[in-house]
Amino acid sequence: MEDQTLLPHLFRTEYRNIVSVLCYLFGIQHIETAEDLVSDAFLSATELWSIQGVPDNPRAWLYAVAKNKTKNYLKRNALFENRLSKEIKYSADKTEEMEIDLSEKNIADSQLAMIFTICNPCNAPESQIALALNLLCGFGGQEIADAFLTNKEVIYKRINRAKEKLKEANIKIEQPTVVEISERLETVLKTLYLLFSEGYYSTSQDTTLRKDLCSEAMRLTSLLIENKTTNKPAVNALLALMCFHASRFEARTNEKGEAILYQDQDQTLWNKELIDAGTVYLNRASTGDELTKYHLEAGIAYWHTQKEDTTEKWESILSLYNSLLILEYSPIAALNRTFALSKTHGKKAALVEAEKLKLTDNPFYFSLLGNLYSDIDNEKAIQHFETALRLTNSPGDKITLAKNIQRLKETKAVN
Amino acid sequence: MNEFLIAIHRDLKSKDASPSPEQMQASIKPFQEWIGKLIAQDRLVNPYRRWDGVGRVVKKDAVTDGPYAEIKESLGGLIVVRAKDYDEAVEIAKGCPILEWGATVEVRMALVNA
Repeated sequence: MEDQTLLPHLFRTEYRNIVSVLCYLFGIQHIETAEDLVSDAFLSATELWSIQGVPDNPRAWLYAVAKNKTKNYLKRNALFENRLSKEIKYSADKTEEMEIDLSEKNIADSQLAMIFTICNPCNAPESQIALALNLLCGFGGQEIADAFLTNKEVIYKRINRAKEKLKEANIKIEQPTVVEISERLETVLKTLYLLFSEGYYSTSQDTTLRKDLCSEAMRLTSLLIENKTTNKPAVNALLALMCFHASRFEARTNEKGEAILYQDQDQTLWNKELIDAGTVYLNRASTGDELTKYHLEAGIAYWHTQKEDTTEKWESILSLYNSLLILEYSPIAALNRTFALSKTHGKKAALVEAEKLKLTDNPFYFSLLGNLYSDIDNEKAIQHFETALRLTNSPGDKITLAKNIQRLKETKAVN
Repeated sequence: MNEFLIAIHRDLKSKDASPSPEQMQASIKPFQEWIGKLIAQDRLVNPYRRWDGVGRVVKKDAVTDGPYAEIKESLGGLIVVRAKDYDEAVEIAKGCPILEWGATVEVRMALVNA
């Protein structure tokens, strides 16, 4: 790896690891201390490596420096004698003997404990995501701001407020117990789902960043699966859903970053390994008696990995959307259900139902109507696509809609 | 928009009127489609739920196992929907696929305290 990319890369992967371990050790009250110590270790690395060159094992070097800095800090700091020592998990009589455990297992345990801490409902979902990106994924403020299409200041404010909230609530960072899991897993999954969606559906043009968001969401979900207590059917369903979606990542955009619609995607670019992995997780999810929206969405996503339009495919998708709506209404599920209906019962039948949806502030409503009217009444189709174009903020969707209008106008010119 | 109770009554008591397992199976999908359609139109007032068919029947001096069947038909499913008027609510009720299997669907409008 090039020296210029080594540090940012290490920062991305190791910052979160060491911060998690230190937070796990100190408690959420001292989260800034943990972050300062780790930042300080990275600062030392930047200074020393530029002069002396990169050590043979940069990761081990960082860990050693972070450990030493932590021990020195504890020694120097009266805080430790008075307060921290009472809270600290390890019964260390002397700070010198205190071991800061940066083993893989402890890193994984710490990260898991941090996931449950960060996904505490005392913070709003968008704050949880920002905090997760920052502390669990090692994203900087600017990257998070880019992902949310906002500015750095907003994100810093959001993150700091979220940390304060966690401190006020005095959330304990600990391994989730069986009781907690049943109460809290839902919030955790929701946050991970949103994190993935943020990457997958983001209108940000930065595909690298979006991929990073998706793979981070998948990494954190995998952590839950690797731990026996949290390896629940719903978690497997969520990971299955992520695998199926991520399998089409390469095929969804062209080199200009423009969206390529599902029916126009090059199937050879679909990642078969991810589809196979998704299938394994979906099978593992099919135990127990709880049917979550992740199960249903994973089922829908599975059928989308089968490109061929069979009756079985669309019948199954329609039925899954019906179940999804019965579980909880959402405009997007209502629109997608109607699209599936056009595949099973024909466009005319779907049009009758589509017009009853009346989602008149939703651009997808009008692009659905545009699609359904195409080749039935192209005048109306053009009108609906134009309405969608006015309503949408997504640059990618604008291009797609303009192409549709163009195509219909050309058809009209020919006839 | 008004709110309407749509109550599906079925013969749950007499053996011969019970649909066969095949009929039950066949009715699931159309029923699910009907409910899915209503939710997609955002017409359901509350989240959809299934109701136990048996239940309890409570009178002044006795509680018995249900279903309540002084008449032949007992209450099966019930939903509360949004509709402009009775005509529209009846249109919705007519879409109930259980009608094919001999159900009776009752529609009642919620009165608004004026």
